[in-house]
Amino acid sequence: MRNKKQDLIDQKLQGLNDDGIDRRGFLKCMAWAGTGLVWTMSGGIPMSRVFAKGHDQMAAKAGDFAFVQISDSHIGFNKPANPDVTATLQTAINRINAMSHPPDFIIHTGDLSQLSKPSEFDTLDQALKGASAKQIYFVPGEHDMLSDNGEQYLQRYGKGTKGTGWSSFDHKGVHFVGLVNVANLKAGGMGSLGNEQLEWLEDDLKGRSASTPIVLYAHIPLWTIYPDWGWGTDDSEQALSYVKRFGSVTVLNGHIHQIMQKIEGKVSFHTAMSTAFPQPAPGTAPSAGPLKVPADQLQRVLGITDVNYLVNGRSLAVVDSPLADSKSSASWKGGHGNVNSLFG
Amino acid sequence: MTKKHIWVAGMAAPVVIAMLLLFAGAARVTADDQPSKTNAEVKIDNFVFGPQTLTVQVGATVTWTNKDDIPHTTVSTDGAFKSKVMDTDEKFSYTFTKAGTYSYFCSVHPKMTGEIVVK
Repeated sequence: MRNKKQDLIDQKLQGLNDDGIDRRGFLKCMAWAGTGLVWTMSGGIPMSRVFAKGHDQMAAKAGDFAFVQISDSHIGFNKPANPDVTATLQTAINRINAMSHPPDFIIHTGDLSQLSKPSEFDTLDQALKGASAKQIYFVPGEHDMLSDNGEQYLQRYGKGTKGTGWSSFDHKGVHFVGLVNVANLKAGGMGSLGNEQLEWLEDDLKGRSASTPIVLYAHIPLWTIYPDWGWGTDDSEQALSYVKRFGSVTVLNGHIHQIMQKIEGKVSFHTAMSTAFPQPAPGTAPSAGPLKVPADQLQRVLGITDVNYLVNGRSLAVVDSPLADSKSSASWKGGHGNVNSLFG
Repeated sequence: MTKKHIWVAGMAAPVVIAMLLLFAGAARVTADDQPSKTNAEVKIDNFVFGPQTLTVQVGATVTWTNKDDIPHTTVSTDGAFKSKVMDTDEKFSYTFTKAGTYSYFCSVHPKMTGEIVVK
């Protein structure tokens, strides 16, 4: 099975290499390994890394660290395909706590709640208290700003942030920037960052060494996936122009409740699964509403994203893990879809 | 008295239903020519406002109903009206007292847009 996957990846990589895009010094290697697609940045040489079960035993060098991205918990949602989103969030937290390389922190990329209700935020807080990683960074999703222009979200999760909740921090040599693209949305448009935030971002990145690995995270994808469903950010080009000079940029988003990946120049884009419910692939349904899947399949389409920073080569490896262990052929089907959605 | 009252009601009901049916049919076919005076509905289904353009007379009340599993809002682009968030099957109503064209959208999913024309 692995050979078949590897063949497909090699084939797709070949396709990538033929498209004429300069790929020096950025994500080059991908290996599909059971539960995750592994990206490893190298100095221009394709390099395979098999994670699978073994990835927990990765040799740790001083400065290496891991963090976890979770997204779209939608606490308060109670309809098909998931009447108990608190339970699946709990399963996600249990998975995080069971990692043999504990994450230094967690990033939640928004849609904490379904309706911005205080009781929903309370339930989320209660669940997250059980996470082994105590430091959690948040950006809001549109569901977290449904009333009061996000005042309550900001009070609870936006301490020390600017504007509608954007902020940046450094961790072991990597610069992280959390952006908000769900506030003040305009009729007919997609996600929006706005001028004030863009100016702040430009200023925030100014003066940083080009060799500093950058991680941008935001709720709605910062690349255009499917405009008809609003799956993109109108002014993301502007934001991305500020990170062009950096050697390694990783963009982590949520919102679309499925894994999508793209590499453009030195920037790798990645969207995470939801912990609550899946959404259809772009254009495969009348709307982006929740995708109803059989109960026994649900935990295969929900999950967490584990990001490992390797100080050697300044690489970030992104591994998606579904909540349910995927031992059957179903996981391969999922993998096939992911690889295709990445390069297809 | 009671018997007579029932008899009257019994006669009236089919007439009322017939009138309602006629009215509903007329509203559908010739919405632009004879805009609804009092009540009109917009259904939110599959992330779409339907009908996308609705024509009503001054004084009409428009009611939006969310038929999706995902919350939506109805917000006029010029600030004339703004609903609270509508969860599944929740409604929002607004009475249009001035003629004009009112563009609106869902502030959660801004790709969703619609228009109320008030004559």
